[in-house]
Amino acid sequence: MSARIGIVTFPGSLDDRDAARAVRLGGAEPVALWHDDAMLKSVDAVFLPGGFSYGDALRCGAIASFSEVMGLVRDAAGRGLPVLGVCNGFQVLCESHLLPGALVRNAHLRYRNRPARLRVETTATAWTNAYAPGTEVVFPAKHGEGRYVADEATLDRLEANGQIVFRYLDNPNGAMRDIAGVANEAGNVVGLMPHPEHAVEALTGPSTDGLGVIASILAHLREGAAR
Amino acid sequence: MSSNMLDTVGVADATPDEKQPYAELGLADDEYTRIREILGRRPTQSELAMYSIMWSEHCSYKSSKVHLRQFGQKNPKTPRLLAGIGENAGVVAIDDHLAVTFKVESHNHPSFVEPKQGAATGVGGIIRDIIAMGARPVAVMDSLRFGELDHPDTARVLPGVVEGVGHYGNCVGLPNIGGETVFDPCYQGNPLVNALSVGVLPRERLQTMQASGIGNVVVLLGAKTGRDGIGGVSVLASATFDEDDDSDSRPSVQVGDPFTEKLLIECCLELFDAGLVVGIQDLGGAGLTCALSETAAAGEGGMHVDLELVPLRAGGMEPHDILASESQERMLAIVAPANVEQVLARARRWGLLATAIGEVTDTGRLIVDYHGQTVVDVPPESLADEGPVYHRPIAEPNDLGLIAVDRAETLPRPSTDEDIRQTVLDMAASPNLCDKSWITEQYDSSVFGNTVLGAPHDAGLVRLDERTGVGIAISLDGNGRYARLDPYIGAQLSLAEAYRNVAVTGATPIAVSDCLNFGSPEDPHVMWQFERAVTGIADGCRELGIPVTGGNVSFYNQTGREAIHPTPVIGVLGVIDDVARRIPLGLGSTGDTIALIGATAEELSGSEWAWAMHRHLGGVPPKVDLGHEMRLADLLSRLAGTEQLSAAHDLSAGGLAQALVEAVCHSGMGANILLPEGADPFTYLFSESSGRVLVVIPRGQELAVRSACEQRGLLITPLGVADASTDGLHVRDRFDIGRAELEAAWKGRIGAVLGE
Repeated sequence: MSARIGIVTFPGSLDDRDAARAVRLGGAEPVALWHDDAMLKSVDAVFLPGGFSYGDALRCGAIASFSEVMGLVRDAAGRGLPVLGVCNGFQVLCESHLLPGALVRNAHLRYRNRPARLRVETTATAWTNAYAPGTEVVFPAKHGEGRYVADEATLDRLEANGQIVFRYLDNPNGAMRDIAGVANEAGNVVGLMPHPEHAVEALTGPSTDGLGVIASILAHLREGAAR
Repeated sequence: MSSNMLDTVGVADATPDEKQPYAELGLADDEYTRIREILGRRPTQSELAMYSIMWSEHCSYKSSKVHLRQFGQKNPKTPRLLAGIGENAGVVAIDDHLAVTFKVESHNHPSFVEPKQGAATGVGGIIRDIIAMGARPVAVMDSLRFGELDHPDTARVLPGVVEGVGHYGNCVGLPNIGGETVFDPCYQGNPLVNALSVGVLPRERLQTMQASGIGNVVVLLGAKTGRDGIGGVSVLASATFDEDDDSDSRPSVQVGDPFTEKLLIECCLELFDAGLVVGIQDLGGAGLTCALSETAAAGEGGMHVDLELVPLRAGGMEPHDILASESQERMLAIVAPANVEQVLARARRWGLLATAIGEVTDTGRLIVDYHGQTVVDVPPESLADEGPVYHRPIAEPNDLGLIAVDRAETLPRPSTDEDIRQTVLDMAASPNLCDKSWITEQYDSSVFGNTVLGAPHDAGLVRLDERTGVGIAISLDGNGRYARLDPYIGAQLSLAEAYRNVAVTGATPIAVSDCLNFGSPEDPHVMWQFERAVTGIADGCRELGIPVTGGNVSFYNQTGREAIHPTPVIGVLGVIDDVARRIPLGLGSTGDTIALIGATAEELSGSEWAWAMHRHLGGVPPKVDLGHEMRLADLLSRLAGTEQLSAAHDLSAGGLAQALVEAVCHSGMGANILLPEGADPFTYLFSESSGRVLVVIPRGQELAVRSACEQRGLLITPLGVADASTDGLHVRDRFDIGRAELEAAWKGRIGAVLGE
């Protein structure tokens, strides 16, 4: 049976269809999760896609962190359920305190859409284990509020623990220490601003590097099953 | 009558001599007289507001109607056309299952007053037109025109407009797949913001705006109604900006909320799929007034509405305010009584307001009550369909002869190879030709994951069906300078360019939408330009065999007596069986042959070169040959299908030189070019003769491509080879421009001028 990956749709989610496509192309089964339903449908992992969750007139992802579904995701993540947040999903994970730090307005103050070159900094996560360490990938980055910030002590701790998962090679938003994505200490929760789900087909994306994220979660789940 | 007393039909009957401010609302004496004849009494305040809005230029097309009829008369018959002019947007069949709806519309005046919200609500408005046809919007495009790039006011207008277009489209989740940005001093006080949206629907999901079925319920969906944009249509869009305008009298521009629009899209699509609505109409310009009268007129003819049920977000709103409000993100649905609960429940699930405000009746009258008192009682078709029709005076401008003889072909030209080289660089750095990524990077281009080609390609191309690979290509093009020189030819040149841009991707053009931006229709010279341009488009579409499916007219784009260049912007839609066969921009692979299809004549009048280098606009625009364009499109679609081209690029502003610059900058490869023997290098590089395409042919396919051209009577001229080891643009025996120098000239200009 193929792995079931839940994809959360908030009212303002935009990349949920794209996330489902990426999951399908990567060989897993996408399962639709609705923000207001208190059920995770026994999924093996959760993907929080990009968009504007509840309109994000407040801080991005702030309202979403109080949603029914995030209550369940927070509990399940604590028990080791793999969770990936992309763009707005990353913002939601930070607002939900599943990941450290915060995403603030880009340093240049504009929304910018550009393919981003990233380096995979750690493969010791549920979502990056299929990459070779140090691999360079290209994912589209497109956001207005994607500048990663945290206090120096937190940043040092992230470095020391190997929780920095992706780093920009050409920092597009002024993110501290070029951070594009981070993980929690256990490595089951990962968030990143650039979009792996928009890099799964040569026809429509700047690369197909994003398939590695799906390959990683499948390997992670297989390994868990074998244990 | 005291001002705080409700002006009901009864009051109007009893006070026939009440003085009414119809002139201030933009109605002419004879129009007011006609309203009194229709009603058999004076109109109430609410009715007066409704007539003034619906009979405004913007809503009634009173000056343009007599000319726009040509589209209907000349449109080629095609079984693809499922809904045409007069609907919210035209709908064309793609295959047995899928249809596509698309339309381009202007939001020029609001974007000058308040650039961000003006542009944002322009995008929002066109998206709702697409939803109203039963379609899921799948992409947007924008055609923008500003004054000089380095004018101080451009630094106010451009960033705001771009932010508005971007923010709205990004938040609502639609990829922006292309468009154009043009700078010209004629747009300094009248920037043009034309937005296009395209949507896809299963053919059987096509919706109508008919309020049919007596007893059916009228449901208002979406945002609360506030004071924004009241009178916006009648005053903002239908009055010229005076040089010393009293800004206090200028009403507010509407404010958009893309999140609510996103909810509207998802909720409406659910309602359509569940078969829960009988009719649907968006609330755009003229708000409830327009939606109520149009749905009633298109259906049974009767409707009763209790206006106090409309959810409001501002206090103290009078009935006429509620009827005229242009609050955004609202739709009107007609629902069978048995389905109302389900409709309200589905709206609740999306967190969207939905309110039953009235019902369809058999009275033949649109009756609006406010707390039980009737404030409107009118025949709806008198508002929707029977507005005034003007036959405005038309006069050929006096300066046409003078302009025609002031030819750019006589201007001084660069003579040495070094001068030509510098001209290539100067042109690449000029505002209209330079890299526009400062703008396009503010737009999401990839959401939905179906964008195969976006900016800076000649046309945007999106996949509609992952299983079959069927897709559509769209291009949006205008050229005000050519239309100023000759509006008939100029309009056809824009049509030909948009048609060719679609063909260059390998798609087959099938339909047209147009946005006609002009000065004041009260100026006979402007009306002459308008009539010529409309005739040019209608004749052109007939010859090309593709119908005009809808569009929009924007008049009064002038400040004082200075009108903008006549600027018809043409959107052409094409279909491609398999998006994997699309032809991209670029230079292919090393060793591929670079060739030019089409003939180059000495045609420099109205060109980018004449404007950018000499600030010259005069002479006669390039010739148009639509038969040639059709043969060219046929060739490109054939060669795409057989994968015999590795890249292609339309030649337009800036001619061959600019096409080469863009191909080199985009591809990361070098171009090794030898200009044909005997050709004048300057003319060959900078002429803007139409009907030309730069193609890149994979090794081994040269003979097949040549013979395909010859079969269609198309001239093909080999120019050189693509070569990864060539640095930039190498024109043999003449000049070299390295990639670094080329990119330094072409890139980063807009941000640099705007101080970023």
